[in-house]
Amino acid sequence: MKYQQELKDSIRKALPGLDVVIAWSAGYDPLHATPHFIRREEDIDRLEIGPFSVHNLATYLPGLRGKKVGIVVKGCDSRSVIELLQENLINREEVTIFGFPCTGVVDQTKIRKALGHTGKVDFCQIASQTVVIGLGGEEHKLRLSKVLADKCFSCQYPNALISDHFVGEKISPSVQTEGDDDLEAFEKMPMDERFAFWQKEMDRCIRCYACRNACPMCVCRDHCLAESRDPHWLSQEDSVRDKWMFQLIHAYHLAGRCTECGECQRACPMDIPLLLLKKKMNKEIKELFQYEAGVDPEATPPLLSFKMEEENINEREW
Amino acid sequence: MAKVQFIKSADVKPWLAELAKEHRVFAPSYDGEALLFRPFDLEQEIILDRAATMPPKKTVFPQSEKLVDFTYSKDPENLSRVKIDARETLPEGSTVVFGSRPCDARGFTMFDRVYLSDKNTDIYYQARRKNTLFITLACRTIENTCFCNWVDSDPCDPTGSDVLAIPMNDGYLLESVSEQGEKLLNSKLLADGSSRKVEADKICQEIAGSINNTKDLSQAPAKLLAVFDNMQFWEEVSAKCLSCGACTYLCPSCYCFNITDETNGMKGKRLRSWDNCMSAQFTMEASGHNPRPTKAHRLKNRVGHKFSYYPTIHGGVISCCGCGRCIKSCPAGIDIREIVLKAIDFEPAAVEE
Repeated sequence: MKYQQELKDSIRKALPGLDVVIAWSAGYDPLHATPHFIRREEDIDRLEIGPFSVHNLATYLPGLRGKKVGIVVKGCDSRSVIELLQENLINREEVTIFGFPCTGVVDQTKIRKALGHTGKVDFCQIASQTVVIGLGGEEHKLRLSKVLADKCFSCQYPNALISDHFVGEKISPSVQTEGDDDLEAFEKMPMDERFAFWQKEMDRCIRCYACRNACPMCVCRDHCLAESRDPHWLSQEDSVRDKWMFQLIHAYHLAGRCTECGECQRACPMDIPLLLLKKKMNKEIKELFQYEAGVDPEATPPLLSFKMEEENINEREW
Repeated sequence: MAKVQFIKSADVKPWLAELAKEHRVFAPSYDGEALLFRPFDLEQEIILDRAATMPPKKTVFPQSEKLVDFTYSKDPENLSRVKIDARETLPEGSTVVFGSRPCDARGFTMFDRVYLSDKNTDIYYQARRKNTLFITLACRTIENTCFCNWVDSDPCDPTGSDVLAIPMNDGYLLESVSEQGEKLLNSKLLADGSSRKVEADKICQEIAGSINNTKDLSQAPAKLLAVFDNMQFWEEVSAKCLSCGACTYLCPSCYCFNITDETNGMKGKRLRSWDNCMSAQFTMEASGHNPRPTKAHRLKNRVGHKFSYYPTIHGGVISCCGCGRCIKSCPAGIDIREIVLKAIDFEPAAVEE
């Protein structure tokens, strides 16, 4: 990544005034990165940014309140930071934001799908539009556009929307090459088919709640209704009914707050297409309230405010 | 003497169909993008060239199982007297799991020491365990997250399996490991495999030779205890943990459970469901006190239990089978190998005199 050195220098300067800076470093194999907590000068050298910097590090911020935290954000991650600020879940003066121009991150599931399996990756090289992956002694070439996360194609905010230090030149948003094909296809399905779709997808849920814990906006943390015994909202049965109930409650609580970072879906070990549900909710919010989450730190999310008369909701005279 | 048979690749599905007449048969196939052990279906493609997303843990230890049905009834003469009728619901029938890996099958041996000990027998676990047979597939590919060789196992390890299948170019050599496994090898679709044994042994040797990064973990139990009270160590290694249950639920050797009574009116059932030590509720006591209040305490327990406490009371056996699913499926990329090695290498800072 072009601006990596510049970013390291910027962090080096700020580190003495901070408890920790959250960034990414190389993961367990060449196809993976991992969140990297920089506490000491020598930790800075391991920082790496690039197409594997998939994790939305804003998720860690509410848990680090009271500390001076630096955070490196992609454009999409910065929207979660803004949303957290809007909801007073973090304090602006405690957070130092490092931004960089993001050219997109990969979707591991797409790579796995393209190659069959990615258990034994020897190397991975990314050059402009091509990804070359060494897999069990064979070389595979993939077009970058085939393996980028869906959210990157329609990304309107490649540069952090909020930052204290921005390295590199800001880039312009991608011209939307692909729409929300999956959402359009889903909306064309009749209601009973939609329900059947989710029943099938939710069947393999193992209730690990990685979706919930990876979500930067899921803020109840240790007090989630999913595990509460009193009141006992959900049973411990291995049933689609209970799993689906949780997902619906989760989606409702995120309506107008979700920034579509896609961490719920990325974190899911069962690859359940959870983002689809969030996209649908956000589309409704946009139509009703002309609101997009995590863009303006001064705005109030629509479901956190109240109006006597809503412009687009006909509450009388039906 | 083990029974040695050979099956051609094309005969695998017909053989499983035969077995399915007598047993519930599970084999790895895709559900969406997840490779899972699912009920065998002739129509579905069985995938054997890669490790499954989930181990076949559910076949012996379901995600949620009913232990007891209960009904309350009131005495019509004295309404304050309530009688409870409780009936245990034991699992029935037999199961064959095809395509488990040596690590998957060996995972249940970690359960056995706990659920089938001299002191305690868990009748629900026992009923499933003795009626579930594993036809385990030796691994030809060692993945980046595999480390069975660190924990006293290998890609052809038959421990915990009933039949070991060694993949050859034209089919599989099937070797019985248990008596029950031997009974599975009587089909007409199988041919005597003794002549292929030498070839199969050579394949196993080649695979074993392809792993060369074995680490010595004999110091792990003592070294992990040495850092037990070093909270800075645990806070640093757990910083990126999201406290979800993916590592635990995908682990072939994690066996902790929760008990819940689901009551509806006068009737109810008692459920046992998977629990995970990454959850904040895991050791929450009725008083509200939690001896493991942070994710650092919880991750310490997960690593410590597998690599220190369990081996200490079970003859040195590490309660991790090295399948690597916790690494591969961790949304935050936590690598348990890294933590164990860090603890082994940890030198306390010298105290200045």
